[in-house]
Amino acid sequence: MITFPWISTLTIVPVVGAIVLLAFGSRNKVLVRWIALAFSFLALVLTLALWHQFNPLADGYQFQELHAWIPALNAEYRVGIDGLGLLMLLLTSIVVPIGMLASWQIQQRVSLYFALVLLLQACLVGTFTALNFFHWFIYWELGLIPAFFLIKLWGGPKSAKAAMQFLVYTMVGSIAMLMSFLAIYLATKTFDFTELAHLAQSGKLMPAVVSTLGWHLFTPAHTAMVIFLGVFLGFAVKVPLIPFHTWLPSAYSEAPTGTTILLTGAMSKMGLYGFLRIVLPLFGVQMQQVLTPLLWLAVATVVLSAYAALAQTDLKRIFAYSSINHLGYCMLGIFAVVKFTGGDAALTAQKFAAMNGVYLQMFNHGLTAATVFWFIAMLEKRSGGLRGLNDFGGLRKAMPVFTGLMGIALFSSLGLPGLNGFIGEFLIFKGSFPLVTWATASSAIGLLLTAVFILGVLQRVFYGPLGEKWVHLPDLTLGERLTLVPLIGLMFALGLYPQFILGVVNHTAIQMALNLRNF
Amino acid sequence: MSPLSGYLLLSALLFSIGLAGALTRRNAILVLIGIELMLNAANLNFIAFWRYGPNPAALTGVMFTIFSISVAAAEAAVGLSIILAVYRHSKSINLDAMNSMKG
Amino acid sequence: MNWIVRNLWLVPVLPVLAAGISALAKRKSRVLAASLAIGSMSLSFLLSVWAFAHVLALRNSGQPSLQVFNFRWFQFGNEWLSLGWMLDPLTAVMLVMVTFVGLLIFIYSVGYMEHDDNFMRFFCFLALFAGAMLGVIISNNLLLLFMCWEIVGLTSYLLIGFWFSNPKAAAAGKKAFIVTRIGDVLFFLGIVWLYAQSGTLLFYDNGAGFLEHSAISHLLTQTTTTGICVATGIALLIFCGAVGKSGQFPLHVWLPDAMEGPTPVSALIHAATMVAAGVFLVARVYPLMSAHTGLADVITTSTALQAVTWVGSFTALFGAVIAVAQYDIKRILAYSTVSQLGYMMMGLGVGGVSVGMFHLITHAFFKSLLFLGAGSVIHGCSGEQDIRKMGGLGKLMPVTFVTYAIGMLALCGFPLFFSGFWSKDEILHAAHTWNISQAPFYMGAFAALLTAFYMSRQVFYVFAGTSRLAEEHHDHAHAADTSSHHGSGSPHESPAVMTVPLMILSAFALLLGFLGTPAWPWFQSFLEDAPVSVNFGAFLTGGMLPVMLSSSVIVLLGLTLGWWFFGRKPIESADAPDNFGKLSPSIFTALGNALYFDAIYGATFVKLTTLLSRISDWLDRWVWNGAVQTVTYTVLGFAHLDNFLDTNVVNSGFDEGCDTVSRSGKLLSMLQAGRIQGYLKIVAGALVVFTIFLLWKAKI
Repeated sequence: MITFPWISTLTIVPVVGAIVLLAFGSRNKVLVRWIALAFSFLALVLTLALWHQFNPLADGYQFQELHAWIPALNAEYRVGIDGLGLLMLLLTSIVVPIGMLASWQIQQRVSLYFALVLLLQACLVGTFTALNFFHWFIYWELGLIPAFFLIKLWGGPKSAKAAMQFLVYTMVGSIAMLMSFLAIYLATKTFDFTELAHLAQSGKLMPAVVSTLGWHLFTPAHTAMVIFLGVFLGFAVKVPLIPFHTWLPSAYSEAPTGTTILLTGAMSKMGLYGFLRIVLPLFGVQMQQVLTPLLWLAVATVVLSAYAALAQTDLKRIFAYSSINHLGYCMLGIFAVVKFTGGDAALTAQKFAAMNGVYLQMFNHGLTAATVFWFIAMLEKRSGGLRGLNDFGGLRKAMPVFTGLMGIALFSSLGLPGLNGFIGEFLIFKGSFPLVTWATASSAIGLLLTAVFILGVLQRVFYGPLGEKWVHLPDLTLGERLTLVPLIGLMFALGLYPQFILGVVNHTAIQMALNLRNF
Repeated sequence: MSPLSGYLLLSALLFSIGLAGALTRRNAILVLIGIELMLNAANLNFIAFWRYGPNPAALTGVMFTIFSISVAAAEAAVGLSIILAVYRHSKSINLDAMNSMKG
Repeated sequence: MNWIVRNLWLVPVLPVLAAGISALAKRKSRVLAASLAIGSMSLSFLLSVWAFAHVLALRNSGQPSLQVFNFRWFQFGNEWLSLGWMLDPLTAVMLVMVTFVGLLIFIYSVGYMEHDDNFMRFFCFLALFAGAMLGVIISNNLLLLFMCWEIVGLTSYLLIGFWFSNPKAAAAGKKAFIVTRIGDVLFFLGIVWLYAQSGTLLFYDNGAGFLEHSAISHLLTQTTTTGICVATGIALLIFCGAVGKSGQFPLHVWLPDAMEGPTPVSALIHAATMVAAGVFLVARVYPLMSAHTGLADVITTSTALQAVTWVGSFTALFGAVIAVAQYDIKRILAYSTVSQLGYMMMGLGVGGVSVGMFHLITHAFFKSLLFLGAGSVIHGCSGEQDIRKMGGLGKLMPVTFVTYAIGMLALCGFPLFFSGFWSKDEILHAAHTWNISQAPFYMGAFAALLTAFYMSRQVFYVFAGTSRLAEEHHDHAHAADTSSHHGSGSPHESPAVMTVPLMILSAFALLLGFLGTPAWPWFQSFLEDAPVSVNFGAFLTGGMLPVMLSSSVIVLLGLTLGWWFFGRKPIESADAPDNFGKLSPSIFTALGNALYFDAIYGATFVKLTTLLSRISDWLDRWVWNGAVQTVTYTVLGFAHLDNFLDTNVVNSGFDEGCDTVSRSGKLLSMLQAGRIQGYLKIVAGALVVFTIFLLWKAKI
């Protein structure tokens, strides 16, 4: 049966866009921006078409494409999406236009910039749809290149160092992951995610790997653990989990804000996606063995990042740490789902809740963080690059609409009920609490601290007496308001009617949690 | 003392004079003259060894010498014309100044 | 199902819609904002009255008065999360109270805020608040309640920081939000725990809700690994939320600071409704709070209710003690609110829902009356809030004075004709008969004495004597700060839009008490679904009369003491030391600073948080990053070592070889001097050597 190759088309569209932009050159900057935006909107339209055709109740992957590629390596081109993949595609398609709009004022090498953004989008789409490790890994690594140049070439004064740190850090993790996967490949002769997951579920994966490798210094359990840790490192760096996060604050703060939006909105989801798509199905046993340390890592991520955010004075650094904090909740949910429950029905239902919460939180964080960084970009544009916590004060008087809308985004980040942030956090806590009570209860400190630093930002930037310097700061223009309306509207819509997302991902969440039950 | 040794001694003397001239003079023409002297010393040897050799009837020495003199004439012509060309080029025939062939 | 039950959602949604429209409208459309807010609130009030009438009708016809409407919200896994609203006597009473008081305060605000530039925004926030508060009241799901609860907190934050250019207001808003959020996070954990244990968050769901018998008895059988009964643990966590919201000790610190907001906000949010939401929450989940494992017919009190009682009674006393030494007219009322909220909690703990709720309702009326009166005073005095600088306003603002006096007497619990007397008395009576301890009764009684004392102190300071306002009026920083929000000039009576609500409220402050006297306890029976009859004999049973008498004596004593210190001779000047404070200036100063709780929290929790954030930042910069740097530098070190080896060992060997070759080449090239004679010399030399060699060989 030959159907329209939706996913490949979706991957190709940004690449074509990038080629068009590069061919076009930077002669007419305005036109370049609009072309780039048009391509990203085309991708958004394609994603919405996918969303429309997706069957939320079907098992397994949909819109699959399968082509033989390198028979000698048993590497096939296989793509497809389930609820999670679709959600991530939607997020990517929303975040990329935001990133472009937030980079509108970039003046140097405009066509290169937007071409790189589109390439990054293609890599993200590829990562979220690939079902074979071989080309999945290619997308995963290829995504680093545009990100690296975006940070380095258009970033702040220390961007070269930050970009290098970002690249090398992620690369080290990726190499560890690649080694582990080569070991698995040597034993199983396949790169296909589904086949590997089946092997792991029937408990054959690790014995096969261990017997092939035969490291006599290690017991089989240790060998399996080493392989797991390799993959874990690859994803933990990307998410990031404390203490593998130190690349993030400098990368986020040095990158141009439009790029930060892409990094936090979409790229940070790659790590979580990897945990859900690869680590959970393949390494459930190993995760259960080290569940306690993993949980404490998640708690440390939530709590320490919130505390660290409190100590920052640069708005971008604050929200970089806030980003770590929010993804920490996702990690908590993921680790809680792994916990061995012996098939207890009530606890399995909690796993469903936590899994749904993780999905929702991933999407919500992407949306909210992208919007918050966009506001920071607009503030930077108005203030001539200033974005320190102590540089402002009383801005609400000069720009009331800006303050109001950014306030909505900030409160969404804070997890205010009625906005999108709340339901995801609620579901994660609801699901995790009975599974891993103490870790969940400790993470609640993060909820409090988030309120402290977000209100701190509001107080120091927008409240208090208005400084002489900022009296004539312009409020949001009509165009900015119009582009913000869909985002703010989406925040309200998801806060009031989360079924809109949950209805699509719920079945996938159940499948994913159920596939763990065998352990 | 046989007549041969006398010729050979004369020839050696001529050769030595020619050699000394070729090595010590700075003037290229004089060096050429020295070389001609050495050549003629060799011709003298040819004649002497032919005349007092085991087979004087074969005329080999005379033949050799005639060849040698004609070659020497050609050589002198070429040599002198090179010297003339050098002189035209550098307004000097001092050999010390001519080291552009240095490796 | 009745129309009003199905459409009860309109009650909160109407004000929210009004808020939404005025948020999108142009900034200068004052009339639109005010009329939208007041109009939606009137509609909500009418609907609430309808709902109330419906409940009454149901009761009179003998049907169960509890009605719920549940609907599905979203699905996760195989279960749906259901939300819903409910109508029962408690809801009906609260709805009517909130919409009515809210409506009056909305009308009052039109006058109070007329000079303010952000009139629109004020009404937008106020309407949003009303909607969220009504949402808290009607929701039949603890999660929905929590969501509305948080939005109520948000609007409180926004309205406290309404005059955001004033750093104190901005800080107070932040403080209010964060301190209440401490309670809310624990509340949130309670919700999560409850959800895990009972599988539902609906209060009532035809026997499946968690406040119904089967769920409660299930919760009672569970214990945690540390041996605490699950029901108790959850109840205490939920109570933490109530402690934060209702300003109970030790989370009371935000409420006095919240007085930085406009006075109608203080009246509506920080006196009548939002702060009472904590009390309402405890009343709502009362079946969970009061659940205990003891035998049904043995009178015991659950651990959770004991905690409620002790926290409440301590707060009642604590707030009253501090209120004695305050000079800011609104801060006195704020500490009074803290104290009265403690009373309500105590009432819930010792007497049950109806006892606490009766005080909540009467308090809502007389405390909002007092706040609005204080607002009228502040408005008349051009933003002055220090009672030492007022004086003599009784003659200048007669309506305000009379209504304020009524409110003050109601708050003090002046016998027989004031509502506060009946509601407070009931709490004291319940405390007197409590089976655990008598201490709450004595704490409550002493707090009543102090209440009468500090209120008479305030009234004498503000209304008696002669005006001290003229002195150094404009030197006062605060006055200069806020005078822009009010009209200026000499003290004057407020316009009718402000005084009429005062008069209506004072009528209720007088009359409301008669709904719940021991002789005709209509209110209590309404809430508890019991029959009601007139029975004057009730005064004589159960020790009621002695308690009433003693509390009357206490109130009179307090008022007399107040007169003795402050009314006997007029206060001469604004700088004169407090007549009562002269007895022990050091204690008085400590009380004036609220026993330094802000400083203590600042030195402990705030410091700790700052320290932890510094540590965390330090960890980030030095330890985590340091570890990475160490690895980096190790790698770089290897790189440099390799580089060194390359340049000095591998490279130099190669270079040496190259050098040797090229040097020998140079040496050899010296032979090729280009001098013909040089070559000839070598040839000659060689000839000589060969000759000698040949000769020498021939010789041999």
